[in-house]
Amino acid sequence: MSQAVLDVRDLEAGYEPGVPIVRGASIIVNKGEIVVVLGPNGAGKSSLIKAIAGLVPITRGTVLLDGKDITAAPAHTMVRLGLAFVPQTENIFPLMSVEDNLRVACGILKPRETPARIEEMYAAFPDLARQRKTVAGNLSGGQRQMLAVARALIVHPKVLVLDEPSAGLSPKFVSTVFEMLAGIRKSGVTILLVEQNARAALAIGDRAYVLVEGKDRHEGVASELWNDPVVAELYLGQRRLDSESKGSAA
Amino acid sequence: MNLQFVIDGLLAGSMIGLGAIGVTLTYSILRFSNFAHGDFMAWGAYATLAVVGAIGAMFGKIAPIAPLSFGWPLIAALIIGMAITGLLALLLDLVLFARLRAKGQAIIVVMASFGASMALRSLLEFVFTSRPTYFSRAIQIAMPVGFGIRVTPDQIALLLLTAVLVLGVHFLMTRTQTGRSMQALSQNAALARIVGIDVAKVVRVTWIIGGALACVAGVMIGILIQIRPFMGFDMLLPMFAAAILGGIGSVPGAVLGGLIIGLAEAGAVQLIGAEWRAAVSFIILMAVLFVRPIGLFGVRER
Repeated sequence: MSQAVLDVRDLEAGYEPGVPIVRGASIIVNKGEIVVVLGPNGAGKSSLIKAIAGLVPITRGTVLLDGKDITAAPAHTMVRLGLAFVPQTENIFPLMSVEDNLRVACGILKPRETPARIEEMYAAFPDLARQRKTVAGNLSGGQRQMLAVARALIVHPKVLVLDEPSAGLSPKFVSTVFEMLAGIRKSGVTILLVEQNARAALAIGDRAYVLVEGKDRHEGVASELWNDPVVAELYLGQRRLDSESKGSAA
Repeated sequence: MNLQFVIDGLLAGSMIGLGAIGVTLTYSILRFSNFAHGDFMAWGAYATLAVVGAIGAMFGKIAPIAPLSFGWPLIAALIIGMAITGLLALLLDLVLFARLRAKGQAIIVVMASFGASMALRSLLEFVFTSRPTYFSRAIQIAMPVGFGIRVTPDQIALLLLTAVLVLGVHFLMTRTQTGRSMQALSQNAALARIVGIDVAKVVRVTWIIGGALACVAGVMIGILIQIRPFMGFDMLLPMFAAAILGGIGSVPGAVLGGLIIGLAEAGAVQLIGAEWRAAVSFIILMAVLFVRPIGLFGVRER
C-alpha cells in the first residue's frame, strides 16, 4: 500500500451538481505499474480520470499522489504536482511546430534544462525528431499521439494518465501506441490508462479495474481478466453491442 | 499623383496596426471582440498628457529634443501611460469581462464591451471636456525626402517606434515561454491548462500588452493629429478591419492589415476624395475575405 503512486478513494465527480457520473470509484496505481480502467460505454471511465486530473468537479472522495492530497487541485497545477494527463482528442496544439508543442509544456522545468530535455524526448521518439519543425496539425494520427505522450513525459511525471490512447487510430497505429506505452513503462514511468480496446490494453497492463455505472466493480491481474467470467458478465454484453454498432471496434 | 499619401498611409497604418494587435490578441485568446479597445487609446493619450503635465509642474519647462516636437517628459510619460493603460485594461477585465466570461456567453461580453466603451469615453469627456487638445502646438517643418514626399522628424521617430514595438511583440509571441503560452491558449484552452499553463496569468499579460500598445497608438494620434475623447472610438472600425484582414490571432497580420488599410485610405483620399475613405478600406477588406476568408496570415482551424 505504501508504494501507491496514485491512490483514489471513493471518488464522486460530475459536471452538474447532483448528477454524479463517477459514483464512488476507488483505484490504486502502484509504482512502475500499468493499470487499465475498462468498462462499458458511459461507465464514467473518462470522467474518472478527468476528475483525477482536475478537469471534472469532484464532490466526494480523495485523490492522493505519492501520499499527498491533490483532490480537485486546479488542472494547471497538476504537472507540477507530478501528474501528466493526455486527453483522448485534441491533445496537441495543431498550429504550433512539434518543437514548440514540447517547449510550451516545459513551463515547470528550469529554462536551462529545457533544450536537453527536448533532445531526450527526440531520442526516445525518433519519429518526432525527424519532424521538429513540422506544424503539429500535419502529423499522422499515430505521430500526434506520440507527440501528446512525449509532451506529457517531458516534465518527469510521477504518473502518466491517458484517456483512450488508441481512440480514432487505424489498427496499425494502435499496436504502435501500445508498444510505445509498454516501452515507457520499462523506463520506469507509472501509467494509468482508460481504454475501450480491452484486449490490447490488457496485453500490456499489470492490473485492471472494471468500471460500471461510475463505480469500480471488479479488479484483477490484467492477463487473467480477459477470461474472467465476472468481467464477461459486467462488460462483455455491452462490448458485443459496441462492436456491432461501431463495426470497426477491436 | 503625389506620393505623399505613402507617408500618411504608413503613419495611419501604424496607429491602426498597433491597435489591431490588441484587438487580435483579445479576440484569439479571450474569444470576444473588445469594442472598448479604441477607448484604451484615448485613455492612454489622456493619461500620457496628464503625466506630461505633472512632469511639467514638477520640473518646469523642458526643451524638446531637437529636431522633435517633444522632449524626455513625453517619452517618460508615454512609458508611464502604457503602464496605466495596461492596468486599466486589467481592471476592466477584473470588474467586468472576467465575471461575464465565467458565465460563458460571448455575446454578453461583447455587448458589455460596448457599454464599457461608452462609459470610458464619457469619463474622459467629463474630466477633460470634449474640446481637442495637443501635446505640443509647435509647428514642425516637414523635410523633403525625394519623390515629392515630405516627412517631419516626429513622423520618422514614430514610424521607427512602431517598427521596434511590432518586432518586440512578434519576438515575445514566437520566442518566449509567455508568447508560446498565449499561442497555446488561443489554440486550445483546455489543453493549455493540462500542460500547466496558468490561464489567468496569460490573460493578464494579454491585457497589459494590448493596453500598452493602444496607449502608444493613442499618443501617436495625439502627437500627429490631436487628442480628443472620440479619437479611439473613431479608430475602432479600421482596427477591426485590420485584425480581420490580417487573420485573427496573427500579430504580423494585424500590422500588415493596418498598413494596408492605412495606405488604402490615404490613397483614396487623394484619388477619389475624403468622403470615400472608409468605403475603400472596407471594399478591400471584403475583396480579400472573398478570396481568402481566413485573412492574409490566418490559419484554418484543423
